[in-house]
Parts: sequence; structure tokens; C-alpha cells
Amino acid sequence: MISAPDVVAFTREEELEDDLYREPPLPEEYSVPLFPFAGQGANPWAKVAGSKFTRDFILISEFSEQVGPQPLLTIPDDAKVSGTFDLNYFSLRIMSVDYQASFVGHPPGSAYPKLNFVEDSKVVLGDSKEGAFAYVHHLTLYDLEARGFVRPFCMAYISADEHKIMQQFQELSAEFSKASECLKTGNRKAFANELEKKLKDLDYTRTVLHNETEQQKKANDKGYYTTQAIEKANELASVEKSIIEHQDLLRQIRSYPYRKLKESEFHPYEPECALDRADVGGDQDLTASDPTEPGETHLYTHMPSYTPKLIKAKSAKCFDKKLKTLKELCDVYFFTQTLDQLHHIERTFRGDVCYLLTEQISRALLKQQSVTNFLFEDVSFLDEKPPEKQYRGCQGLGQDAVDEKCLEESLAPKVVISLGSYKSSVECVPIKMEQEMEDSEEPKMSESMMSEHQENLDYLDADIKGSISSGESIEVLGTEKSGSGLTKSESQASLPVIPSPQAGRSKVGSRRTVSEDSIEVLSTCPSESLIPEDFKASYPSAINEEPYVDDNEGGLRFTPRLNPGVDDGQDDVSKQESLVQVDAACCIGKESPNFLEPLPELGQKPCEEDGVVRIPPQPYRPAEQGLRGGFPSHDGLSGGLLPYELDSRYLTGSREVSKSSLDECSDSTSYISSAASTCSDRTPSPAHLACAAGERHRKRAGQNALRFIRQYPFAHPAIYSLLSGRTLVVLGEDEAMVKKLVTALSIFVPNCGVYAKPVKHWVTSPLHLVDFQKWKLIGLQRTVSPAGVNVLHALSRYSRYLSILDADSKTLRCPLYKGTVVARLADHRTQIKRGSTYYMHVQTILTQLCSKAFLFTFCHHLHLPISEREPEESVVNRRINFLKLQLGLANEDIKIVQYLAELLKLHYIQEPGQGGIPLLRFDYVPSFLYKI
Amino acid sequence: MLRWLIGGGREPQGLAEKSSVQTIGEEQIQNPYTELLVLKGHQDIVRFLVQIDDCRFASAGDDGIIFLWNAQTGEKLCELHGHTHKITAIAPFSSSDGTEEKTDLIITASADRTVIVWDCTSGRQVQKVSCFHSTVKCLTFLQRLNVWLSGGSDLCVWNRKLDLLCKTSHLTDADISALVELPKNCVAAAVGKELIIFRLSASNNGSEGWNVLEVKRLVDHQDNISSLVSVNDLTFVTGSHVGELIIWDALDWTKQASECNFWDSSVHPDVQPEIKLSQSPNETSVQHLTSDEECVFAAVGKGIYVYNLQMKRVIACQRTAHDSSVLHIEKLPNRQLISCSEDGSVRIWELREKQQLPAEPVPTGFFNMWGFGRANKQANQAAKKMQENTPVYFLELVGDLIGHSSAVQMFLYFGELGLATCSADHLIILWKDGERESSLRSLALFKKLAQNGDLQLK
Repeated sequence: MISAPDVVAFTREEELEDDLYREPPLPEEYSVPLFPFAGQGANPWAKVAGSKFTRDFILISEFSEQVGPQPLLTIPDDAKVSGTFDLNYFSLRIMSVDYQASFVGHPPGSAYPKLNFVEDSKVVLGDSKEGAFAYVHHLTLYDLEARGFVRPFCMAYISADEHKIMQQFQELSAEFSKASECLKTGNRKAFANELEKKLKDLDYTRTVLHNETEQQKKANDKGYYTTQAIEKANELASVEKSIIEHQDLLRQIRSYPYRKLKESEFHPYEPECALDRADVGGDQDLTASDPTEPGETHLYTHMPSYTPKLIKAKSAKCFDKKLKTLKELCDVYFFTQTLDQLHHIERTFRGDVCYLLTEQISRALLKQQSVTNFLFEDVSFLDEKPPEKQYRGCQGLGQDAVDEKCLEESLAPKVVISLGSYKSSVECVPIKMEQEMEDSEEPKMSESMMSEHQENLDYLDADIKGSISSGESIEVLGTEKSGSGLTKSESQASLPVIPSPQAGRSKVGSRRTVSEDSIEVLSTCPSESLIPEDFKASYPSAINEEPYVDDNEGGLRFTPRLNPGVDDGQDDVSKQESLVQVDAACCIGKESPNFLEPLPELGQKPCEEDGVVRIPPQPYRPAEQGLRGGFPSHDGLSGGLLPYELDSRYLTGSREVSKSSLDECSDSTSYISSAASTCSDRTPSPAHLACAAGERHRKRAGQNALRFIRQYPFAHPAIYSLLSGRTLVVLGEDEAMVKKLVTALSIFVPNCGVYAKPVKHWVTSPLHLVDFQKWKLIGLQRTVSPAGVNVLHALSRYSRYLSILDADSKTLRCPLYKGTVVARLADHRTQIKRGSTYYMHVQTILTQLCSKAFLFTFCHHLHLPISEREPEESVVNRRINFLKLQLGLANEDIKIVQYLAELLKLHYIQEPGQGGIPLLRFDYVPSFLYKI
Repeated sequence: MLRWLIGGGREPQGLAEKSSVQTIGEEQIQNPYTELLVLKGHQDIVRFLVQIDDCRFASAGDDGIIFLWNAQTGEKLCELHGHTHKITAIAPFSSSDGTEEKTDLIITASADRTVIVWDCTSGRQVQKVSCFHSTVKCLTFLQRLNVWLSGGSDLCVWNRKLDLLCKTSHLTDADISALVELPKNCVAAAVGKELIIFRLSASNNGSEGWNVLEVKRLVDHQDNISSLVSVNDLTFVTGSHVGELIIWDALDWTKQASECNFWDSSVHPDVQPEIKLSQSPNETSVQHLTSDEECVFAAVGKGIYVYNLQMKRVIACQRTAHDSSVLHIEKLPNRQLISCSEDGSVRIWELREKQQLPAEPVPTGFFNMWGFGRANKQANQAAKKMQENTPVYFLELVGDLIGHSSAVQMFLYFGELGLATCSADHLIILWKDGERESSLRSLALFKKLAQNGDLQLK
């Protein structure tokens, strides 16, 4: 039964959507999750519906042919997690919506049993009674002893938060596909092994039977056959048949088009396979059916020496027989790999959905800033491929090619599909679809897309025909295909005409009728059932004979979206326009009047007057950006930012704003922390596995930094030293104290490259010039021994390169700082209480600095003369004017930006292969001694 | 209070305090070197730096390895291995045999008694000679005669292909420590306290027959000659360990002038220079000499002295230019002078002239150049000028480069590419103009942007 809370989530969004049409929305990446219950005065962090489990978990279930649906294991494997939640009941639920057409056996008109290479199905379902929502990933594994050779399994990500499942659908789907692929790879391997064993058994049996028959023939010369002989002959014949069948099965399983797993850290291969290959060369004739897939072939030919057994005439598939466990089905190696992957999923999606989204957005944005992100961010985790990409890679159709095409076509004038038609295809589709409606919708849609997306349609067609079997009780609200079509427009949220797809989806949800069944399938993703073209061509029998259920009956409605190429084009054009303006303005400098004016299309206020953000966050899809490459993407970004960044009025005004917002920020964070205890997810939510340690580090560093700026009145010049690239030496006797200070200050140190931060926590030997090149923050031991004298001597000698913070006497010797940036960065009266909050505050301001440095670095005429004859002085003047007037930098702040710009330059011009010789930049400026 | 804490606050100290090293504060507006690159590679003291072409230089030292570097990027271009002992002399030359393309070669001599010719482009060993009885201490290429000279316990003359053309008899008393080319096919060789003039002549019976003759021995120095440089075609200068500086006529090898009291502050300039050394030889030793058309610049002990050739006197000096012996000085085109010292620092000086005001009280006598009342840049009108209006020269410290942790042996001025210094701490440091480097990087950046096509609007 669908209870009210399930529906209520969508009720208020109709008004909001209207607003969306009126108000130009801000770029999605700046938006904050919209809280759907805001109007009702509810605690946003309170539970929507009381669920019986404490936190999200992953459940693996099997539809056992002996006992029916049964839960196999949960991740985390902890009884506390699932609590009183009825796993058996839920297993029954999720296994009952298996869309997979898992027909195996003797299809009519076929001599031999056929294996169906059924693709996984992905559905979202909610069980309001249990307060559980789940992403369910069905997959089929092969088992020679199972009925029809198949064992249906499913993996489910179960959460109390429906939004989380819906919004993270793509990511979940991608991650679970990886896990499933791993399981299936292992299973194919194990199945092939099993088949080979069986074949040997059969071969042996045949030989034995043959011998017996021959003996009987010899013994019996009466000219007629005894019943015994006939029986033997029949038996022999059935064994022969069985051999052929099994050989055929083996051929099928081996010829499965092996899809390379795209992910680099994911290696489900066993290295010894290759070594064993030579040994099993004799078996190759069996597998020679497909020479084009050597990788796949050798994967299955690995077999230990095996002694054949005699097979009884009828090996009955009995219920008393013990079925293989999942581990046995998939080979231990692959099984553990899968478990690792599932644990990874669990950790990745742990926590509140807002947190996840924010994290994803910031990560995606960070990734996009390929030129500047190395400065203050830990970019190591960015190397990991985003799940979206991975997912797209998994799909047969080259989405990239489509994107490319969209980009190419974007410049050409084309028919813009009106919003009306868009709406009609999205909103007016009732859930219980009538046949004629579908008919009427279909051509309309295809006409508009026909010309340039014919292949896309083929793809979709295959999709619809896929392996969807659904009963009346299941409502499919949107297919994955429509979702991925959506992603085109999602990234274009800045365009006012495009409503937020999430809103669109939710709207559909709000209109659905109340179903009798308590299970509702909110979304399904049959896209994996797409069969790659090459596979289709080479193995038609295995595919084409697969019986399809009636496509039209299932109530599946595919709702295509607006042609993505069109809005890409529009957006691009507008972006280009703004870019041109900006570029010209940059070069001319302050003389250009429109430089200071916000650009009309792009310069929307980041938030509304009342502070309510209108657009819910969307999972970020970096690949959909119209602009490609490192620099252009920045262009796009700076194009949007420029008006604010360069408006000095804005800058001066924003100082107050940022202060006040800062305070709010700290308040709300503490509020979150207190509220978090009432939340279902009591565990901290590290959104990323690799970040977990970094998170802790950040928190601690932030806390220490807070303490530092409160304790030391000369924190500003110290931080300035770090930001301007002057090495800061923290001198002290107590190692712990020094290290603490170094940790605190390390968050202000810009990275010189993608490698580790130039921070050395503890040094006991005298410093040398080379050290200042390598490290920008050094903890140094002070000793009274003669060696200590050398240490101090070195410090005094190189004092022009150093700022020295004496932790024991609480003094600082460094150049004067009179700028304003650091004051905002490290206000000792700050109300921020928590380390992580402060860390974020620091990151915010540092990011601002980065963007200024980026602008400064990449404005051509700030560094090079406009014309040949232009004297160097005028370029210098222009540069200084830009820094002072356009970027609003005062005094020493200029040096910070100049230093960052220098780092950016070095980073950009550095060839990827070579490290480059580190250089040390310094100034001849007097130092001053600060005391408490 | 710790010393290092006070250290920074020091103001430039002026010239008042006697015998204390002049220091400059941390504010050095005129010092262009605001960026440095540390070049690592050597495993022992680096003693020699030679320029190969506009952007390459070679370094050599006690580890016997020669490195070739790119002076712009600091990139290590080549490592030349071949010597087993420390390098004692290094000289570059470019061979342009007729129409053939120019190849840059360097020739090195080592304590392993070998001389090797290297190809700088390929890093290959072109030729190796190992028939020496003693270590070769100096190498000179005579462009006019197209021959090589190597000086050790004897003077050998080689042709370009390093075939021995002729050599002198064994010099018993000392080895040749320095060689300088003189007009009329002569060379001056510093052998201990003596200066020997050799004349090279091609013998009559064949083009390949060469002869080297000792022409004259000059015994005016009281101690070992430590430096020998040629000023112009008519003059060359020698300096000795006891601080004698003698200007020689290059044609008839007579003493034009000499200066040997400039190390002694107590001596009144009018008193003539027969006073003997009261100071330890280290402090008065003429470590290095360099010259331009007007002046000879001498590194004497810890000080730097500027000797005007026309006025025949020291016109400016910095008695304690460094904390320790000055090892190398060089005159830059822009009236600046760079010195490096055993104390590990490099200092940039500027020769300035100060209009003396008559009312100005005479300082406590740090500069004895107050006595050079008639000193004047324009020598033709010098004598007639009134003392009040005569310009007075002084060396002003405009910057110092602190980077090496041990004695800076030598440096090489690359113009706007910067300055390379080598040191006993095994390092070579490239000092660069930060502003220039920054704009070069910008240029490279926009070049790369254009290359990547990122400048196109998409």
C-alpha cells in the first residue's frame, strides 16, 4: 500500500515548477538541495517513514528453485544493520519483480538447449510498509545443475530514503553493474569449467558404454538384440546426445562476447590463466569455434587435471540435492572481488543524499577545473573515473559519439522543438498507458528526432523490445533510457526554458494513481538488455531466438526527451557570446564599460532574494558540458563568474556578506550535527572511500588551524607567507607541538604540482636551499646541542627565503602583511566552531583566490604586449591595474595571486612526462619580528 | 635572544665601520635575481664553469665529471665521463673547419694526466691524449695560430687535431700555472714567481714544424704569480700572492706600472709602495683579476680593488667585500661587478661616482682613495680639475645572492639568462630574473594554449 508520505514528496513542486519557468535558474552546480517538505515546517532531517533498519545496506537474494526467494547475505554483514527488517519478506518482494526473461531450455524449434545471455535488469522499488526503498539489480548466473541452467539472483541497495535511490540511480546502476559483471565473469568461467568436467564425464561414460555394447555384441551372436543390449544402446545414444548438447552449451558460454571491464583498478582476471594456457592447448579444438575472442577463450580453458567419472543414466535434478553456493558459482576470486565492490558501494553511498550530491557536484566541478584544481585540493581521488562515465562506457552505443555529433551540429541552424511538444511528451503521459496513445505519441517523437538520431532510435527500439515482462501490478514510471536522455538537459539547467528534469520526474510521480500493490516500481533500467551489434551479428541464434514477451502489454512507456543537441547548441551559442564579451573586456581592461556589468544571460544572482534556492541539485554529468578540454571548460566557468569576480563593488560588498553567511554556515552546521543524531544514518558519511582518511585529516587540520588563528595574533603574516610561497619554518623543541602547528598551517599551503603537498612535518638536520625548493612548510627541531647551533645558523643564513615561527617563544619573523584576503581567511573572531566547517571556509576563499589567479594567468594581454611596439611598461601597468582594480587586490594580496599564477603557469606548461626542475622564487623584502 | 632573530633587522651599514663587511638589508631593489634553480649532479667541489654558446655551459670539478647544462631551463644536457681524477683545466672552442658546420667542443685536463676533447652536442669523447708527465694546469687556444697550448711542467703546443707540434724543455722550478696570449706569436706563462715569455714560430722547413722558444724571464714578482690576464693587445696584468699587481707592456714585456700597497690601509697613498707585507699572504693574495678597457679589477684577499689603467692608481676599493677570500670577480657591461667568495655568497657591486662636497667631513679613513684627489674618469682633463668637483668612485653593494652553503668557486654571467654559480657544496645555482622568467612562462603558456587549440572558442 502506498502510504501518504510516498506521495507527499511531490505535492508542492507544481508551484515551484512554475516559478522555474519565470525565474532564470542559477547554474545547477551552485544550487543547494531543495527540501521538499519545507512548507510543512517539518524537520528536514527527520525520518520520512519509520523504517526498521538503522542504515542503508546491500542485500543479495536468490530465487532458489528449492525454497523460493531467500536472502543470502547483507553488506555490511551485521545483524544490527538490518535490525528488525524482514529480509525474507523483502527478498520475496524484490525477487518477484524480476524483469529478466530468463527462459532457458529447449526453445520450440530448436534441437538443443539454448543459453540466454540475459542482461541485468535494474529497477527501483519502494515498500512503504517496511519504509524501505531499494535499487534492485537482477542478474542470472549459470549452474549446470540448476533448472534451466540458471539461478536468478539479485542485489539490492536498500535505503529508507527514496530520494537517495532515485537521485543516485545512475551511480548505483553503474556501480552495481560492475559488481554484477564481476560475478558473471566468474560464473561464466566456473560454468565453462563445470561443463568441461561434465563433458569428460560423458566422454568417459560413452567409452565405457561403447565397450560394454561391443562386448555384448561379441558375446551375443544370435542375431537379435537382447533388451539389455537395446537398453545399452539407448543409453549410449542419450549420452551421445548429451555430449552434443553440452558441447553446444560450452560453445555458447565461451562465445559470450566478453565485454572488457573498463575500470582500471578492477581486474577480475587471474594472472595464472595465461600460464596455464599452454597446458590446455589440446582442448582448444573444443573452443576453436570462436577464434576472434582469444581473451575470452583462454579464460575458460583453465582447468586442473580431472579424473572423469561414470555418469549414471539419469542424473536426476532432485530437490534434496544441495545447490551450489554463490561462492562456488562464481569462483572464489571473483566472489571476493564482488564483495569488495559491494563494500565499496556501501561506503560510497552511505550517508545523507544531500551530502552525497554535494560531494558529487563538488568533485565533478573540481575535476572540471583541470588547470587550477591541483593548487589546494587533493586531486588524487579525481583520477578515478566517475561512475557516469563508466556507465556510459558499458552501454553499447557510443554516447560520446552522439555528444560529439551534437556539438558539431550545434552551430548549424535547426528546428527547435517547442516547449509544448516537450511537455506533451513528458507530462501528459499517463502511467497506465493506452495502446493508441502510444501510437500517437511515437511518430511525433520520432519525427523530430528521426533525421539526426536514427541510430539512437534503433537503440531505443531494442530497448523497448528488451526483456521486459511485467505484470499489471507494476508501474514503470520511467525507463533508464529516458533518464539518460534526460541527462542532456540536466546540465543545462541554467537555461530558463528547461525545467529541472528531477522536477519532471517527480511530477510524473505525483500524478500516478494509487496502486493496490504495496510494491511500486519507480523506475527500471532495461538498457543493459541492449545487445551489441557485433554480438548480434556473430551469434544470431543465441539472441534472436530469445522469445520476447509482448512489448505493448507491459505498460512500459518510453518517454523520449527533447533533442539534446538543440539545447546544447543554444547554450553553446550563448556561452560563446558571453565569452567573446568577457575576453574582449579582459584585454581592454577597465576601460571597457560592460566589463563591470553582469552579463544578461549568465549573470543571474546565485540565489533568490529570500535566500531560497529554487533548483534541487542534480547529479553532475561532466561529459554533457558543451565545452570541452581543460581551458574551455574554465572559460565557461569564468564566463559565468566573471561579472561578480570583477565587479569591485560586488567584491567590497561581499566581504560583509561572506562574513554573515559564514556565521550562518557555522550555525547550520552545528545544527546539522545535532540533528544528525535523529537521522537514520548515524554513521558519518564519508562519500568516498579514499576520502575517509582525508576527511579526518581535514577535520583535524581545520580544528588546529582554528586554534592557531585564535591563539596567535600574527597568524595573518604567517598565512600570507605560505600563500605567497615563502617557506615557513615552525621551530620548536616539542615534536608534537610543532607537528600540530604544521598540520594546522598545511591547509594554507598551495601545492606545487599534483604530487604531495610541499609540507615536511619534522626535520632535525640543518636546512638547505634545496629544502626550500621542495618544501613550503617545515617543522624544525630546536636543540641545544652543537648540532642545534648549525640548524640555527642555517636559518639565519637563509633568512631571506624564510619566515620563521618560533613555537617556543611564540614569535614570528616574516615580511609584513597589509592585505585583506588573509583577514577574511583567518579571522580570529570567527564564529566557526568546527574544524571541518572552518576547513570548508578556507577552501572557499582559497578557491576564490584560485579563480583570480586563473583569470590573471590566462588573460593574454596582461602578460604580453598587444602590439609589437607596445612597451613593456604599459603591459606591466596593465597587469598591475588588473590586479588592483579588476581583481580588487590590495598590497600583498597581489603577491599571493602572482605566486598562484606562477604555479598555474608552471603546471600548465609542464610536459606531463617530465617533472621539471623545481624553482625557488623569492623577494627581497624586509622581515619583521612579531611577538605575542 | 637568538642571533637569527635579530639578523634581519640590520640596516645597510654604510662605509663607516672599518674592516667589517658591508652588508645590505633584505630590501634589494636593484637585485634582479629573484628566482633560482638548483642544479644537482656533481659529487664534489665544482670549480669550473665555461660557456659553450648562448644558452649552454659546462661545469667541472673535483669529481672528474663534466656536465653540460642549459642555462635557460637548467636542464642537464649531458654528462661527460672519462676522467678519473679531478679536472684541472677546461676550455671551450668551436671548430669551424671551412665549410663544415660548427661543432662545439670543450677540452678538459685532469689530474689523471690526460686531456680529452669532447663534442658538446653528442657528448662523445672526440680525442684523448695521455702522454703527459705531469698534470696539465692550464689550457689555451690560440685562435690566431690555430693551436692549443697546454701548460704543466712544460709547455706543449698542439694542433687542432691534438697532435703534439712541439714542446719546451722541462721547467724545473715550478709548473706553469697560467698562460696568456700576447701579440707577435708570444705567450706569457706564469711559472712560480717568474713570468716567462715564449715565442712560437713555425720552422722554415715545413708547415707542420713548430718551435717554441723562451724569450724572456721576468722576475719582478716577490711571490708566486696567482693570476695573469690580458687587458688588451698592448697590456697584460699579473697579480701575486703577496698582493703585487704589475701592469706589463705586452709588446716589449716591460713593467708599465705596479701597485702593491693597496691592501694596507695604514699606508698613505703618497708614500711609495716599497712597504713589505705585514699581513698574512691569504689576505693580500691577488686571487683573481679581470679588466675592461679602463680598469683592472682585482680580488685581493677579502677585498675588491679597482685600478684605473690611465691614472695608474686604485680608484675605488671595498676592503672587506666579503667575509672570506674573494675567489672570482667579473665586470658586467652595466658598470656592475660581481664577486664570489669562500664565504658562500655572491655580491653585486656597482661602481658609482660621487660628487664630493668640500664641506663633507673626511671619514675615518676607510678609503684611502681620498688621497686620489685628482682621480677622474676623463683622464685628459683630470689634472686640471679642482679637487672639490672631482668625482670620487666607490663600490656600492647593490645585492647579494645567498644560496650556497660553501665557498662559491666561480660564476658565469649569462646576460639576461641569469647567473650560474658553482660551489664547493657540489651544487650549481642558476640565478634568474624572476620578472623575466615569469613573462617567459606566460609566453610559453599562451604558446601551448595555441598549440592545444584551447584558444579557439568552442
